[in-house]
Amino acid sequence: MYAKHYPFYFLVPVLVLYFVFFILPSLLGIGYSFTDWSTYSDQISYIGLDNFRRIFSPGENYLAYMGNTLIFTAVTIILKTVIGLALAILLSEGVKRFANFYRLAIYLPAVLPTLVVALIFRSILHPATGALNMFLRSIGLDVLALPWLIDARLALYSVIGVDTWKGVGYITVILLAGLQTIPRDYYEAAEIDGAGFWARLWHVTLPMLMPAIVVITVLNVLYGLRVFDIVYALTNGGPGYATEVIYTEIFKAFSMGQYGLGTALSTVMFVVLLVAGYFVIRLLERSSGQE
Amino acid sequence: MRNSPMKAAVGHSTAVLASIVMAFPVYLIVVNALKTKVQSSSMGIDLPTSLEWSNFATVIDKGKLVSSFLNSMLYATASTLLGTVIAAMAAFVLSRARTPLRRFLYFFIILGIALPINFVTLTAIMQATHLINTKFGIIILYAATQIPFAVFLIYGFVATIPRELDEAAIIDGCNPLQLFFMIILPLLKPVLVTAAILNFLGVWGDFLFPLYYLNSSAHWPMTLAVYNFFGQYQQSWNLVSADILLTIIPVLAVYLLGQRFILAGLTSGSVKG
Repeated sequence: MYAKHYPFYFLVPVLVLYFVFFILPSLLGIGYSFTDWSTYSDQISYIGLDNFRRIFSPGENYLAYMGNTLIFTAVTIILKTVIGLALAILLSEGVKRFANFYRLAIYLPAVLPTLVVALIFRSILHPATGALNMFLRSIGLDVLALPWLIDARLALYSVIGVDTWKGVGYITVILLAGLQTIPRDYYEAAEIDGAGFWARLWHVTLPMLMPAIVVITVLNVLYGLRVFDIVYALTNGGPGYATEVIYTEIFKAFSMGQYGLGTALSTVMFVVLLVAGYFVIRLLERSSGQE
Repeated sequence: MRNSPMKAAVGHSTAVLASIVMAFPVYLIVVNALKTKVQSSSMGIDLPTSLEWSNFATVIDKGKLVSSFLNSMLYATASTLLGTVIAAMAAFVLSRARTPLRRFLYFFIILGIALPINFVTLTAIMQATHLINTKFGIIILYAATQIPFAVFLIYGFVATIPRELDEAAIIDGCNPLQLFFMIILPLLKPVLVTAAILNFLGVWGDFLFPLYYLNSSAHWPMTLAVYNFFGQYQQSWNLVSADILLTIIPVLAVYLLGQRFILAGLTSGSVKG
């Protein structure tokens, strides 16, 4: 019955494309990560764990790049979730009219190409003539008019700030949809019991939103660990190596022809994200099982 | 809940402020795109003193915008059509026939939502298949990478279409291809539009595959062309702004026209409703 009306050949195009261009590179990558594959030599030889020793050696910078990637991931998750929740509550409770219009504006940065966003922010964050510092000076906050992308201690946080600006609308939209599924009676009951804004937030809103918060956290982890475009176009890892993350480093290894090293880094990420993928599937399975 | 006018005023001012912060860069681009080179040198928020419409003609000519626009259009449209249709075919038979093997394949495919791409070894595959540095190769890559999410999205929707329709069509003599393309596909329209818009915007904004796999500037999409243009004309923010504005106009159009579908896609799977 199945084979006749729902034939397997319907799956073939998807499986072929997905396997050849998505899965196979990662599987080959595991093999190549034990080699010295590069553009410098036609020969590819087995070098055991050398690439991984190099990546995890304290004498090299790779651990710092992993650290930057983790800081980027953790801080963007916290900022996007907190600001996204505040905006979602504002749109669902603070304003009665125009909520759709505000939502349209708040989600706007998410549809703009990252490259374009980065170019605009390179101008906005310019130390002398950028709009941000001009604004800060005009309201007397000259001390806060900092060299955002040029100071090595600040640059990573400036990138995080731009990424939060771009990504927070997405989180707001998901949390807004989550808020709308919370029955109004819960709030009315809490209010009769004398619960103020913060008590309602803590005892009603957050517990009821927890499934949505778990999903956005997982999506943000996947995004943060794989981040590339925003860093590449804002700072390209600089100044120095202050904002270098895993995927900008993989691109550099690729550009310099160090394929073995680049693919070893990719393999490390593959293993990490495979574990993350297990949790994604469990989450998605749960949410689709409820339908 | 209490709704004092005070509270509404605070709410609206905060929301307006947030909207201004989010829309500010687009404003900056629009005003600076119309300025002279001198007036735009600091990329200020002031309005243009004279309207330099010729900036657009200049960037269309010097920024190779026509060919890169056509490339972006081709990549986004072709990969979306190809990827969405084959994802729908797969999602249909995966959802209808939940044998253990197909359950496994479904999870194997949606695992791709999390997995990274190994760009280095993908190069070897692109070379071996002679797809490197070709437009067709980029289309195939974009079609392949949208599969996991598209299958996930459509799979959930297929379950809402009654099986009785399949049975009636089969009794009327439909073969599987007729059943899918004539009966099921039209009913999938809402979810297909969502998947297609999300993919279109994703491809339009991407520059990773072109960065890795397209050497020839004749094949560049708008994102790479604008980035390259910025490299050459960093001193002329009016031209850079005009170039950026022309690049994001299609995105803004799709966003404004398709926002309902975008929201549907974003919230599916994360919250019920």
